[in-house]
Amino acid sequence: MENLNLFVKSIFIDNMIFAYFLGMCSYLAVSKNVKTAFGLGIAVTFVLAITLPVNYLLETYVLKAGALKWLGPEYAQLDLSFLSLIMFIAIIASMVQLVEMFVEKYSPSLYASLGIFLPLIAVNCAILGGSLFMQQRNFPSVTSATVYGIGSGLGWLLAIVCLAAIREKLSYSNIPAPLRGIGITFIITGLMGIAFMSFLGIKL
Amino acid sequence: MLSKKNKEILLGPLSKNNPVIVQILGICSALAVTAKLEPALVMAVSVTAVVAFANVIISLLRNTIPNSIRIIVQLVVVAALVIIVDQVLKAYMYQVSKQLSVFVGLIITNCILMGRLEAFALSHKPWESFLDGVGNGVGYGIILVIVAFFRELLGSGTLFGYQVIPQQMYDWGYQNNGLMILPPMALITVACIIWVHRSRNKDLQQ
Repeated sequence: MENLNLFVKSIFIDNMIFAYFLGMCSYLAVSKNVKTAFGLGIAVTFVLAITLPVNYLLETYVLKAGALKWLGPEYAQLDLSFLSLIMFIAIIASMVQLVEMFVEKYSPSLYASLGIFLPLIAVNCAILGGSLFMQQRNFPSVTSATVYGIGSGLGWLLAIVCLAAIREKLSYSNIPAPLRGIGITFIITGLMGIAFMSFLGIKL
Repeated sequence: MLSKKNKEILLGPLSKNNPVIVQILGICSALAVTAKLEPALVMAVSVTAVVAFANVIISLLRNTIPNSIRIIVQLVVVAALVIIVDQVLKAYMYQVSKQLSVFVGLIITNCILMGRLEAFALSHKPWESFLDGVGNGVGYGIILVIVAFFRELLGSGTLFGYQVIPQQMYDWGYQNNGLMILPPMALITVACIIWVHRSRNKDLQQ
């Protein structure tokens, strides 16, 4: 039940785009049509679902203050948390690389559609942001970290697909010249954010 | 030191080639930390420092980095610099560092950094790269400060935490606009900046 709550919350309320503006760069750049937007969204969800549990285990068993206790009592006071940024980004970069190789080998058709986006994802703030929020919120178990990863990935997917759909329609409308392109996209995202705020307070 | 070309490198990103409103890089943090002026200013200074020094380091290494692993090398250099900034903020400005929370760490994946390293530092000398980094950092900072100024003024009636809208106004029925504090208004404020900027620079319009 708690996990379901976390899942819904991470999709609608703590939405990566509308509440924290994470992954905005690719969100704005790749939202010109629905198909590519969907591809990128799937890739982000996939990578978030893999990197969050890995980083959770790394955080709990290596980086946190006193996490190295399992090596022996003399390691109990070690606190490696200042290394977490560099470790997380290293894990993310290598996981993305691994996922890319894996997908290329076993599903060439998926690779053909995701291929160009996968390397981009290593520097997508939504991925690192997910890990940092996970660290900040102290999730009780690896399951809830995974659920959070999948949920926030799906929230990102939802946001980018909605925006792409609106932008496809928008190309037929008459917008003031200075707002054309990026300006109107910002305003639409803002309005979508206000709409998403109405989910605030939902609890299962 | 500052030839005409270098001046162009330093001043270009302030308006004509601004990283946030023209190149659309580094939006994430530009929006998230701008509810108040103080964290916005600290963020701007941190990003400027990281971009400038990352540019210099990558520029010094540019002939020795193998092309195939350059992204990883860039990430490691940037991550090391961000850890330094993070530790300094935690040591000397703990309150602000708490407010910025994860967004200091997210400087690593700020697109301005990767964008400048890829597009500039890999092909230019250290001094030019340094100027480019400072220019882009300041260009980013200007937008942050403008957005934060309006959001804090209209949203809380304060600037840097000091009350600027006189009490009398409130007595006459003036209300703070609570919507300005919420995340979506950051996007709309940036859109207004883009609107004004593009109406003045016709060549940027699409």
